[in-house]
Amino acid sequence: MPQYRDPIECAPLGELRALQSYRLIKTVRHVYENVPFYRDRFDKLGLKPEDIRSVDDLSKLPFTYKQDLRDNYPYGLFAVPQDQVVRIHASSGTTGKQTVVGYTQNDLDVWAEITARALVAAGGSKNDFVHISYGYGLFTGGLGLHQGATALGASVIPVSTGNTKRQIQIMQDFGSDILCCTPSYALYMGETVREMGIDPKTLKLRAGVFGAEPWTEHMRQEIERMLAIKAYDIYGLSEIMGPGVSYECPEQSGMHINEDHFIAEIIDPDTGEVLPEGVMGELVFTCITKEALPLIRYRTRDIAMLTRKPCSCGRTFIKMTKPAGRTDDMLIIRGVNVFPSQVESVLLQFSGTTPNYQLIVDRVGALDTLEVQVEMDEHMTFDAVRLIEKREKEIRGALESTLGIAAVVHLVSPKTIARSEGKAKRVIDKRCLE
Amino acid sequence: MIIKQLSVFVENQPGRLAEITDALYKKDIDIRALSIADTTNFGILRLIVNHPSRAESALKEQGFTVSQTDVIGVGVEDRPGGLAAALEVLRDANIAVEYMYAFVSKAEKTAFVILRVEDNDAAIRTLQEKGVKILSANEIY
Repeated sequence: MPQYRDPIECAPLGELRALQSYRLIKTVRHVYENVPFYRDRFDKLGLKPEDIRSVDDLSKLPFTYKQDLRDNYPYGLFAVPQDQVVRIHASSGTTGKQTVVGYTQNDLDVWAEITARALVAAGGSKNDFVHISYGYGLFTGGLGLHQGATALGASVIPVSTGNTKRQIQIMQDFGSDILCCTPSYALYMGETVREMGIDPKTLKLRAGVFGAEPWTEHMRQEIERMLAIKAYDIYGLSEIMGPGVSYECPEQSGMHINEDHFIAEIIDPDTGEVLPEGVMGELVFTCITKEALPLIRYRTRDIAMLTRKPCSCGRTFIKMTKPAGRTDDMLIIRGVNVFPSQVESVLLQFSGTTPNYQLIVDRVGALDTLEVQVEMDEHMTFDAVRLIEKREKEIRGALESTLGIAAVVHLVSPKTIARSEGKAKRVIDKRCLE
Repeated sequence: MIIKQLSVFVENQPGRLAEITDALYKKDIDIRALSIADTTNFGILRLIVNHPSRAESALKEQGFTVSQTDVIGVGVEDRPGGLAAALEVLRDANIAVEYMYAFVSKAEKTAFVILRVEDNDAAIRTLQEKGVKILSANEIY
């Protein structure tokens, strides 16, 4: 059985870099000639397309921000005329005006190819029934995986979202082998399978490709247990392509980035400086084969780390960690980057669910302090002081090893952390930094 | 032989204790004994009440973290040395007391002592063998 779809996934680094350089040069010329926005940016920096001679020159290029897409809404950053655009997708726009993206036929073919790679990495082949429960429509999830499974030659079951019991009936009757949906929906399906009194081991389902939202290792274990499958992560964003920008292999220790189509960098979100491998920072992508919307050094606002350590699967594509958070949420405490999501993952280990919590950052003298208040729940009941203090100490120890800084932990009564619109406010920063 | 004690987590904030006693009052629950263990940030209020389960749900409704703990009630003579005799028994049997608190009953000239130990059954057996009176739930509630 093939372990991967395309030999490029295992190409020697030198070969890959040569290909990237060639494609980057071509893309830079393409955007300079066809996107007035990029021509202006380049001109202002005194940058000529011919200044970019290899991937080593990448950092000379300006960044592209989500705001740039909004400012040029809807089609201002497209690099091809409308008659070459064969598909439009759009982001949900939950954090502002939605962003619109477009694809040429070649873009769609590339997209299908990279999602097919993700399915192969999850053990998929043309002999499988691929059950797609991502939403179809402007959202890239449904059609993205649909095209990939089609390119693979698998039998696609385009169920889309909703009516979970019927989904599970279909899974049973149609013999779905691979499930594609968001991890939270997979978890919900697992619960429904149990409610329906079905032993998940009797289902033919053996793997899932889950993405489009952040999820934790704990959720993976839950999904794998409840559906009796192996759960694989897939990463992407519509601005760059959609799902399939990177994908997990059987090693499940990070996602391989499709480097023949995208160049990844990690930068310091404050200074824009490129950071070395193994350091957490903001993920930045440059499209090098996109025709309709080739974004240059696009700031994803996702915080991750890159590593090129050899992978047991044989792929040489660089790996990224699951995004640890968003730059929008990042706190800098005593010079260390801290994300509420890291605190969440620690608390999860202690109660099995994410309790309500609040980070209180303050400054005493010249020193930043971090206090973490955690609401108790029914899983935390103690009749002795030392047991509560022991639990606080355990959480403090786990936080310190995850965050790399010390924190004071206080357990508080349920529902005492102030909520706005039902959701607890996660961070209170009392530092006055003038 | 086992007495049900409620343990309530209370943050150190003005009015929290009053909320608890008020919730119990509204459900017509009588407090027979109580003790508080306190630290700088929080305390644990331990209660013996006449209807432990009703009291537990009343407090949970108010959003308190409450748990039931099994404790032992011991009756000792209300005179110097009364409690000492009972504790000597436990010491000799090498049974550690995690915490305890007492209340007196005027009518019977008896002091009631609530004890929390690791192994209730062993403690009850040892105390009874040495003639210490173990209280049943009826006698306390």
